[in-house]
Amino acid sequence: MVPTGSYLLLSAAFFTIGLLGVLVRRNAIVIFMSIEIMLNAANLAFIALSHQLGSLRGQVFVFFVLAVAAAEVAVGLAIMVAIFRQRGSVDVDEIHLLKG
Amino acid sequence: MNDLWVISPMLILAGVAGLILLLDLFLPAARKSMLVYLSLLGLGAAILANLAVGHGTRSAFGGAVGIDPLAYFANWILLLSAVLAVLIGQRYLVDLDMEHGEHYALILFATLGGMLMAAGRDLLIVFLGLEVLSLSLYVLAGYRRTDLLSQEAALKYLLLGAFASSFLLYGIALLYGATGTTSLEVLGATLAGRAGGVDLLLILGVGLLGIGLAFKVALVPFHMWTPDVYEGAPSSVTAYMSVAAKAAGFAAVLRIYPQALGTMVSDWAPLFAVLAALTMSIGNIIALAQSNIKRLLAYSGIAHAGYILMGVVASDDFGVASALYYLLAYTFMNLGAFAVLIALREGEREYLSLNDYQGLGHRRPWLGASMALFMLSLAGVPPTAGFLAKVYVFGAAVQAGYLWLAVVAVLNSVVAAFYYLRVIVIMYMREPGAQPAPVSLSPSLALALLLTAWGTLQLGLWPTPVLEMAQESFASLLGV
Repeated sequence: MVPTGSYLLLSAAFFTIGLLGVLVRRNAIVIFMSIEIMLNAANLAFIALSHQLGSLRGQVFVFFVLAVAAAEVAVGLAIMVAIFRQRGSVDVDEIHLLKG
Repeated sequence: MNDLWVISPMLILAGVAGLILLLDLFLPAARKSMLVYLSLLGLGAAILANLAVGHGTRSAFGGAVGIDPLAYFANWILLLSAVLAVLIGQRYLVDLDMEHGEHYALILFATLGGMLMAAGRDLLIVFLGLEVLSLSLYVLAGYRRTDLLSQEAALKYLLLGAFASSFLLYGIALLYGATGTTSLEVLGATLAGRAGGVDLLLILGVGLLGIGLAFKVALVPFHMWTPDVYEGAPSSVTAYMSVAAKAAGFAAVLRIYPQALGTMVSDWAPLFAVLAALTMSIGNIIALAQSNIKRLLAYSGIAHAGYILMGVVASDDFGVASALYYLLAYTFMNLGAFAVLIALREGEREYLSLNDYQGLGHRRPWLGASMALFMLSLAGVPPTAGFLAKVYVFGAAVQAGYLWLAVVAVLNSVVAAFYYLRVIVIMYMREPGAQPAPVSLSPSLALALLLTAWGTLQLGLWPTPVLEMAQESFASLLGV
């Protein structure tokens, strides 16, 4: 039996990997994948805690998160396809018409 | 049945939005304007349903959603801003050749998401509402899909918004671990009965949740996306999201922090006070240097988020009421300013530079006067809504013992007055250039201007009924 703490550490590690990916990588699709890793890190934490607490709430939450993440991917890829058609690249360093 | 009755305004919005999407397939291009009336009808029906459900505290679906004075008030703000956004956007969309049914459907879906967020009594519902709102806004921001700026705004909003959502979600997961629940009611009760001591999961959870929400309402240092997204998105969409996203985000903040996490107020309130001071100072100082009116309003929006946060910091009934009052006032004055901004346009070309406003007060007296009114209100000059809103939040902060924050806020208002009044000076004291910016004022835009100007004055001159309604909003969560 693996203790809950280990799962939480693993999920924190995933969250950090995703976070670093968002900060370091420059391709919009890879950044988006990193964000998905962060979401799934939260899912892992939910499931581990749900098991620990013996309540189903956390697992139900995960189903909703999966659906939301799928919707987010659909919208995100649509926006990226629109950008790629116009510019031929989704490198976030090349997308800087707005001075932020 | 009771369950469905409580969420009937949201059901109406969802139904009408679906109907619009369906009708859009069959309507010939020349008759798309019918969809405007349909969406206004749907919003009207939702407003009536909201009135009929009333503001008495009621929960539904096993306590997952509920209506109470806070949700009722937030519903009003969200529905009003949607009505105004539809009115403001109608002609603009036709001129930009992008009047599709999806636009109205997305505005209705975004409003639905915001209302769900305000009505959520479970963090799951708050999260779902937030995502429905955000996903609609990502699409709306990129609505001119062949326009490079609009695309860029959509991508930046999407990446940073999804990034923020993952923080929020991780925060919820840790809170769940610390308290064993996601229901805000149970969460509040569990925390109230908790023995002292440091709980790492709890503190991390509250912090990450705060970061996620701070991104959504654009608090410094999580504001970087705001000016770019506001500038790149189509103006009518910017107008809508500047108020709707703020109103929904703050409704969630007001429910989660002062109410569910009320027992931990000494842990988070000082932190929020620092964030509020930073947000208003940085927003105002950068706004001073802007020459594009859309960016100016974006930074001014950041500063206003700082003022509203003062009500959260105060965290008592007056604080919550003043924050809600501020949100309503901001809805009127900011949408009004955007309506004027959209009026300065010819066909597809928009005139967004401050210099385009030269002599506007003389060329178009009514348009100039209403812009002057909105600028005075944003600056906080009596007898406008912005003045009373500021008095209330400052008063709430002082009452809660945050005198230093109130002093910072007053100094900030002085700085802010400079750039708001500069717009008025440009409009009235400068001669128009050789080629003055053309004005195209459609009937629906004029109606929106009239409504916002009325709201700005009404809230400034006769605030009592609205303030009383807002004051019931505190502690309604625990049924006190």
